[in-house]
Amino acid sequence: MTSLPAYPSAKRLGLVIDLDVCVGCHACAVSCKEWNTGGYGNALSDQDPYGPDVSGAWLNRIHTFEVVPDGGQVVGEASDARIVHFPKSCLHCEDAPCVTVCPTGASHKRAEDGIVLVDEDKCIGCGLCAWACPYGAREMDVAAGVMKKCTLCIDRIYNETIAEVDRVPSCVRTCPANARHFGDFGDPASAVSTMVAERGGIDLMPEQGTRPVNKYLPPRPRRPLADSAPKAAAVDVSGVTGFFAWLDGVLERI
Amino acid sequence: MEKSALSRPVSDEVRRTTCYMCACRCGIDVHIKDGKIRYIEGNRNHPVNRGVLCAKGSAGIMQHYAPARLRAPLLRTGPRGSGQFREISWDEALSIATDWLGAVRQSDPKKLAFFTGRDQSQSLTGFWAQQFGTPNYAAHGGFCSVNMAAAGIMTIGGAFWEFGAPDWDRTKLFVMFGVAEDHDSNPIKIGISKLKKNGARFVSVNPVRTGYSAVADNWIGIRPGTDGLLILAVIHELLKARRIDVDYLVRYSNAPWLVVDAPGTAEHGLFARDADGAPLVWETVTERAVAAGTKGARPALSGRYQVGEGRFAVPSLQLLAEKYLDPRYAPEAVAAETGVDAATIRGLAAEIGRVAFDEAISIDQPWTDVHGERHQGFVGRPVSFHAMRGLSAHSNGFQTTRALHLLQVLIGAVDCPGGFRFEPPYPKPLDAHPTPHGKAEHFGSNKPLSGPHLGFPRGPEDLLIDAEGRPNRIDKAFSWDAPISAHGLMHMVIANAHAGDPYPVDVLFLYMANMAWNSSMNTAGVIRMLEDKDPATGEYRIPKIIYSDAYASETVAYADLVLPDTTYLERHDCISLLDRPISEPDAVQDAIRWPVVEPDRDVRGFQTVLLDIGARLRLPGFADNRGKPIYRDYADYIVRHERRPGIGPLAGFRGTDGSRTGRGAANPDQLKRYIENGSFFSAHIPLEAQFFKHANQAYQEFAVSMGFFDTPKPVTFQLYQETLQKFRLSADGLREPSPPPTHRERIRGAFAPLPEWYRPFEEAAVDREAYPFHAITQRPAAMYHSWGSMNAWLRQIHTRNPLYVPEKICDHLDLSDGDWVWVISHHGRIKVEIARSAAVNGDTIWTWNAIGKRGGAWGLDPDAPEAKKGFLLNHLIHELLPPKGDGLRWSNSDPVTGQAAWYDLRVRIEKAEPDEASQPRFSPAIMPRPLSERPAELRYGQEWSE
Amino acid sequence: MHPALSVIVFTTVSGLGYGLAAVLGLGALDAAAWPTRVAHVLALAAISTGLLSSTLHLGNPQRAWRAFSQWRSSWLSREGVLAVATFLPLTASAWMSVIEGRYLPLWGLLGTAGSVATVFSTAMIYTSLRSVQAWHTPLTVAGYLSFAAAGGLLLATVAAYAAGSDMAPRLALAGIVALAAAWAFKGAWWRRQRRMAPISTPESATGLGAIGRVRLHERPHANENYLTREMGFKVARKHADKLERLALASGGVAPVLLLAAATFAGGGLAIALALLAVPFHAIGVLAERWLFFATARHAVMNYYGR
Repeated sequence: MTSLPAYPSAKRLGLVIDLDVCVGCHACAVSCKEWNTGGYGNALSDQDPYGPDVSGAWLNRIHTFEVVPDGGQVVGEASDARIVHFPKSCLHCEDAPCVTVCPTGASHKRAEDGIVLVDEDKCIGCGLCAWACPYGAREMDVAAGVMKKCTLCIDRIYNETIAEVDRVPSCVRTCPANARHFGDFGDPASAVSTMVAERGGIDLMPEQGTRPVNKYLPPRPRRPLADSAPKAAAVDVSGVTGFFAWLDGVLERI
Repeated sequence: MEKSALSRPVSDEVRRTTCYMCACRCGIDVHIKDGKIRYIEGNRNHPVNRGVLCAKGSAGIMQHYAPARLRAPLLRTGPRGSGQFREISWDEALSIATDWLGAVRQSDPKKLAFFTGRDQSQSLTGFWAQQFGTPNYAAHGGFCSVNMAAAGIMTIGGAFWEFGAPDWDRTKLFVMFGVAEDHDSNPIKIGISKLKKNGARFVSVNPVRTGYSAVADNWIGIRPGTDGLLILAVIHELLKARRIDVDYLVRYSNAPWLVVDAPGTAEHGLFARDADGAPLVWETVTERAVAAGTKGARPALSGRYQVGEGRFAVPSLQLLAEKYLDPRYAPEAVAAETGVDAATIRGLAAEIGRVAFDEAISIDQPWTDVHGERHQGFVGRPVSFHAMRGLSAHSNGFQTTRALHLLQVLIGAVDCPGGFRFEPPYPKPLDAHPTPHGKAEHFGSNKPLSGPHLGFPRGPEDLLIDAEGRPNRIDKAFSWDAPISAHGLMHMVIANAHAGDPYPVDVLFLYMANMAWNSSMNTAGVIRMLEDKDPATGEYRIPKIIYSDAYASETVAYADLVLPDTTYLERHDCISLLDRPISEPDAVQDAIRWPVVEPDRDVRGFQTVLLDIGARLRLPGFADNRGKPIYRDYADYIVRHERRPGIGPLAGFRGTDGSRTGRGAANPDQLKRYIENGSFFSAHIPLEAQFFKHANQAYQEFAVSMGFFDTPKPVTFQLYQETLQKFRLSADGLREPSPPPTHRERIRGAFAPLPEWYRPFEEAAVDREAYPFHAITQRPAAMYHSWGSMNAWLRQIHTRNPLYVPEKICDHLDLSDGDWVWVISHHGRIKVEIARSAAVNGDTIWTWNAIGKRGGAWGLDPDAPEAKKGFLLNHLIHELLPPKGDGLRWSNSDPVTGQAAWYDLRVRIEKAEPDEASQPRFSPAIMPRPLSERPAELRYGQEWSE
Repeated sequence: MHPALSVIVFTTVSGLGYGLAAVLGLGALDAAAWPTRVAHVLALAAISTGLLSSTLHLGNPQRAWRAFSQWRSSWLSREGVLAVATFLPLTASAWMSVIEGRYLPLWGLLGTAGSVATVFSTAMIYTSLRSVQAWHTPLTVAGYLSFAAAGGLLLATVAAYAAGSDMAPRLALAGIVALAAAWAFKGAWWRRQRRMAPISTPESATGLGAIGRVRLHERPHANENYLTREMGFKVARKHADKLERLALASGGVAPVLLLAAATFAGGGLAIALALLAVPFHAIGVLAERWLFFATARHAVMNYYGR
């Protein structure tokens, strides 16, 4: 059923991505590819894998942006131009347009936990859901002709055959910088909810009205080093003689 | 959805081994399903990665099943580079190798040059080469990061690299120099995340803002090659602000040691010593010189003292303070050269001083130092540093790295809580390292080399040169060209062997180093050298090349005999305390690899092959008296080999019952025990021994019990480096041997006993106006050290590399994204596609390292973007500096250590016509028949889909 | 957006078919006249061709039947349901006309309503996508409906002239009005597209706008991927402008002039002139549809620097 659940589910599973620590290593993206190529649904295929036009289906991709503040100028600490690494996968939106456009019922939002999922046996591969998603979270698997997307590793998080501590999405499990966190946003006391509240977690493209569950923590504000430079010294301390006199004083006290 | 559908077992079995997609050596859980690899994840219990795994490690499946894998031993049948090979049996391959090598060992063992690349079995390969008897052995440290190792060991008895780590849990200010992605990749990521969570400040000094620098609180986009000057300016500021830890300096460094002030004599600038050779300090109460370390002595740190008949000496700290308080190190004085404004430098120094002293921490754990003094706790200066190639890959990298260690010691932040901490078996004083072996008297026909190849000369007398001062080694390591080249100079081997300078070789034996492509400077030149024949004889100038690699790399095409290696999941390895272990500051650790899948083709692990060849050559230690092999294979060697009695490659589960640690008899079940333990071993260091290891009695005893040393080996930090001064005295003609006149000025300039900054050689040699920009590479996190273009997943991330050009330069040259430019150095020109960038030093252009591949190599389509649009900066870099007009060509290396100066490159750029492919173009490498045809589509894991 | 040939052909041809069917359903033409009979068959053929071509881009066309299930939420599903449902009255009307030469108002009007609803649904598939801002306007619906009407009236005019019906000039006039309306809507649509401030930007897409100007430094993977192939199509503005003029000239100006000429000419020449207007119109609509996709920027491209 591609109507959205009538009421927001009590449980809203999703990810928090901390842009302040993501170093852009692509670990989450590759781990995702690896888990999901043998996991839920069809394999994530790759076309022309060793040739000129290599490309494949990925459920998570890492973009890199340059952010230049207005008036950023190149001095000392160079321009304040920043590099921000930006992992992007399905945001499991509350108002998921990819779900409502689906003609077959393949694309759905689970009432019990809010996961947006594709039932690949029902998917006709029309691609409309990928069009509807403003985030580029859905990619057609060219080999299987069905739409692939982040499942929040549904076959990990509910998998009773793996250790409880590992019942998190593969990307979260592998992230070396601990920039990815999985949890229930429906629970205001959960770690992810707390993190979002404390760090001012944001929605991507709120103007699209999708109400994403996944949140991004913006980079923390930064203070220039030059602000710590001491004001001009009261006495001239550049001389060697004065230094040795100080040194003798210190040695006396040791 | 059915609950059961979501609870499918991941795999039939989990096998735990050690990753090898880079030098990080993380623990991995390899899930095996239906005999195939289903999933590789980080081992949660593993001390290196604690469960996490990077992009490379997660792409292990594609590395393991890549069509580029070699399938069987190969013997060249056509000309080099023609790709004409015959597949041969291992028996034939090994007997050919044995014939070639046996003849060399008999006639002139130095005619074998044996160099290894990115392997981690140097304790075996070095041992093999020593038993073989050639002086010409090294691993790849010379083009990797020897400046890091040498400067660290010669200053504080340990290095950054993977031999120490910031105290991630306690540090409050972390300053990182010149690291994009590098050794200890996952621990650094884990650490940065931790310190950010703790609210610590992270400062990155790097011309380019990628990777770690992207998340730094402060990024200092310094001009390449000027870090040393920045560091010395910070030291200047700290001295001025009196922010140094005097107590620490007196206790743990040679700051009070007396330096002889007798210009024009052979003693000038050396430490004043007593009759037993112990360095002297000036005792201020009794006013006499006493041996350093004399109990109760209160040494002077300044003044000039008479230490003998007409001999005067000053404490080394006095020389240090006089030098660095000089206004030429003031922030204003260095701002223009470094491209960092004075206020930022002062702010950095102030933060370092403030955090070190105003935010000092302590751990209430009583401990005793090596002088027997009891301390109530460990005082921590929570400022830590890390550095790698950005400092070391310059021709001033040794001195720059020394400067950084000097800074750490001045603020008392080495191996304290919150500072940089040693990982066992470090720290290790210089005198615990061997001197190099390879002098004429050290080797001969059919006998082993009399000692290890690599080590640290204590002075010019330890150089490997002949009576005329000519190098003994093919790479000219430990010669006047690079006196302290502790890791050899692999990047010079092919050029020197080709030129027959100092002599030709007969067999070049390489392992896992892509010398015909990205591991060489001047790639096209190296290829020509490999193909070049002596017209007189019609023989190749480098007559025989044996190469071992797992994949069809560019270098395979130039080998005469190819020994196909396994993938990392099919092999035994040991990550040994004798070599490059995986210890943490709080624990002694080593690890193994074991075949979690069996090879499906006719390949063998290189180490097993080396043992086999060693036995066939009847090398001592490899074959017994009757010529029978001592070891069955590498696994057998790992378990049974003993370097010293009771000390073998692995420290864990020793003793016949596996209960001994460090020292103990060989345990036949050792590997089984490792595998049960997740393929690693960890022994915790007692809290009392965890800090100030260089001077901590409990740690020193622990180190002896572990077998690192046979007696305690405390370290005194060498701020003033006497060995360097000995070379200067030689250059002044005051000590024997003395360098030829050609080398004197260079040695005087580069061997300052107190860290010094000088302009990198290439920049100093070329016209700075004609070549106004720096060109450097950064290591991409997803490719670093695996260079995995044969990997179908990783290659999708970096299929090609653009040249990133600062906006200022783009605007000046009217360049937009996707435009093409010529990049021109004194040596060559390349034509490449650009992308604009703002987050980069304004004088620096950069690209990702080693993405460019030669068409046809690595099992890729010859038209793959890696070959068509990818490119290497290597084509612009020469192994020699531009001619200076002195009739000599100097190696493009650090003059102290011989470290390849990759990052000294100076270029100009010119806008070019749009193009389809980057230049230079190489004809596609014709490779031996691949393991399998390139599939048009991959659906790995489809058989497991529901 | 990638201008996929199958989708362009589908919307153009089925638009013409539904337009014609809708006009026929109004009973303006003599059901017994042979051109009307041909028109019925043509309408059904165009609709069927369009629907079939729309299945060509499916990854799993064998499961296309599942697309009828989600009519409560999905405009694509509604389109499918309506298309199939509309076949019933259209086939009935066609049967009555072709076989029995009769017009049944109930079936005819049902067919007209179904045709309008189906085209409306098609338009709503695009209109409902907020991710493609250019499409997300009632003008899209107005355009689709008016183009279908214009095409239908044009074809009906041809049939009327061929049948010698006195309705022909009136249909031609209606056609001119519909064409004018369609291109007026289109003009407004284009103007809106050109002037609209993007609701989503790299700054809003990344949430980094508070720090500064955001630009892509490195895309996730060096080569093209599904998203960039499907949604990253970009056409240069000056080419688009040129093509817009061509579309208007061929799809609007030419048919209007030809229809006007036909009303003055009458007789056999009128048939020829009206008939000539059809290919002009179709080419114009194809160009318009190509532009509809090719110039539409998808929000995801904020992540790809396009």
